[in-house]
Amino acid sequence: MPEIVTATPGLFPLPDWAKDELSDLKGHQKTDLISGDEDEEITGAYERARQEVVSLQTDAGLDRISEGQLRWDDMLAHPLAVHDSVETRGIVRYYDNNNFYREPVVTGDLTADGDVTAELDAASDLVDAGLQAVLPGPYSLADLATDEHYGDDAAFLSAITDFLIGEVEQFPDVETLFLLEPSLVESPPEDGEDERASEAIDAVASAIDAEVITHTYWGTIEEKTYAHLMDADIDAIGFDLVADHDKNVYNVQEYGTKDAVALGVVDGQNTRIESPETIRDRIDWFEAQTNTAYDTVYATTNTETFYLPVNKFADKIESLANAAALETPEADQ
Amino acid sequence: MTGPREQFRPEEHENEHFLLTTVVGSYPKPKWHDRAREMFEDDEANFGAEEWEEAKDDASRLITHEHERCGIDVVCDGEMRRNEMVEYFAHRIDGYEFNGRVKVWGHNYFDKPSVADEVEYGEQWLVEEFEFTDEVAERPVKVPITGPYTLANWSFNEVYDSEEQLAYELAELVNEEIEALVEAGARYIQIDEPALATTPDDHAIVGECLERIVDEIPDDVRLGLHVCYGDYSRIYPEILDYPVHEYDLELANGNYEQLDVFKDHEFTKDFAMGVLDAHTAEVESVEAIKENIKKGLEVVPPERLTVSPDCGVKLLPREIARGKMENMVTAAREVEQELDAGEIDVVASSGAEVSADD
Repeated sequence: MPEIVTATPGLFPLPDWAKDELSDLKGHQKTDLISGDEDEEITGAYERARQEVVSLQTDAGLDRISEGQLRWDDMLAHPLAVHDSVETRGIVRYYDNNNFYREPVVTGDLTADGDVTAELDAASDLVDAGLQAVLPGPYSLADLATDEHYGDDAAFLSAITDFLIGEVEQFPDVETLFLLEPSLVESPPEDGEDERASEAIDAVASAIDAEVITHTYWGTIEEKTYAHLMDADIDAIGFDLVADHDKNVYNVQEYGTKDAVALGVVDGQNTRIESPETIRDRIDWFEAQTNTAYDTVYATTNTETFYLPVNKFADKIESLANAAALETPEADQ
Repeated sequence: MTGPREQFRPEEHENEHFLLTTVVGSYPKPKWHDRAREMFEDDEANFGAEEWEEAKDDASRLITHEHERCGIDVVCDGEMRRNEMVEYFAHRIDGYEFNGRVKVWGHNYFDKPSVADEVEYGEQWLVEEFEFTDEVAERPVKVPITGPYTLANWSFNEVYDSEEQLAYELAELVNEEIEALVEAGARYIQIDEPALATTPDDHAIVGECLERIVDEIPDDVRLGLHVCYGDYSRIYPEILDYPVHEYDLELANGNYEQLDVFKDHEFTKDFAMGVLDAHTAEVESVEAIKENIKKGLEVVPPERLTVSPDCGVKLLPREIARGKMENMVTAAREVEQELDAGEIDVVASSGAEVSADD
């Protein structure tokens, strides 16, 4: 049996009191969204909210603790949206969801600014073991943004990669880094781009001394992209088994995967609660289908969880933690 | 084919041409009405169900008359009894439950409901609203109703195998409600499907939902479909096959950049075109609105053009909303007079023949 490590891709829902308090403090318009230089009162509200979601994960018994990315008003575009060399413009749709973020337009050099590092530093005071960082993967971050400075796609991806490297180099000690790459599924890279995406992921992963998981969701990445991704020096690839289990299994059967694997086995976008037994069944099913004994299985929600109301979010975290604690089935099975 | 439209021309209408003016639905709630809701929800305030009902009746009467004073031909009550376009219905359908707010963007949230059991028709949805509005209105009343696809797409589906299946189940309930509305005398019903704009690949599912909705609805009932804030080229001309008379589309917000979509293929149904931006807090001038209306005449002839705002206007300050409505009606009447006088060249064909490209 592999070691089951329970984790999440972060981006949690704000506690309800924080929704009220922060909307009163910040406002409701697009100019009121997070800026990166928020005042003490707003910072204080986020700190209390962070403490709450850290406790929730710790109390549930989750193995990897995320600080929750509660400040990320613009979801995965956040690290750019707060950057000095980026202008935020209109509100645009976040993938195929009924959610929106400010379009970040890069107009100058993307130097590391330490915004995500500051969140992790704050979280590291609250977490004894198992702190996990979350970042958009370079391909997705470039995909969500507009470039008006670097000139071509390859140069832009390279600049985004350097920006992320600059960020992770400042991180405090973390156990794992989840690099979220939904754009690999939602806007598949073209020929040449797929290889560059893999190299960019490899470069970010190489800059940090932590287990790095490149997590994909909302479907499956194309075979050729997957084959390239296997060349990146990462510790695990994450698969969304809720959206499409068969095609993900197919990729692994055809091209193999890393010694560890991350499995999105809990639906981050539906309030139906999976029982711990169901979660374990899904993990067992994947192992059986791919006929592989993994060192580690990261069991996680398939997507971010800000789509959920807070009560269901808490139930899902608990179910996930309990799945890992279930008795291991008899060895003779 | 103009559909059952002539019945909405006011008897006192002075112009030969008739551009039907109407609204999409929601209107700013008076501040006292919001205050009444807060008091009703506050256990310590001495404000019970009876007082709250009275407040809703008063608001409904007030806004219906405000629409009439603006001169709008087909009115509604500005949805004074409704809080939100999915929540309102989900509260009335058995099988739905509420768990709390979820983010839409920034600090804007929505109490997204979950379908936790099979959906069934519970209490009435809109019949009482219609009966009250129809009673107090001098003009004909339109009933906006959230469509099944949007009710499904903007909920968590815990029960059905697919969202499509849930949408079809909800379509049966919408059909039941529309039958009850028709029985109560409603003759103009607008089905709101904003979710179609966000998932255009599902236009066939919306079509199938509409087939179920119109089942056994009499021919003299005018049916419209409202869609907004999307890429229309991905759903047009396919949506022309839907069993409705009219499409109500937001276009002013995008400065009519998408108008050509509707000119590339003949618009064979009635066109209810947004001539006011619902999200700018400035009253457009009569002249500017007239220019917008004339853009509609590039798509359909006057007898098939309906004039309305882009979308519900509930987020605007009330005096701005009223100013927009007044100018919209003035603009429509002036365009009618110019049409009567032969001062406007109608570009669009009547639908009987296709006009030459040039």
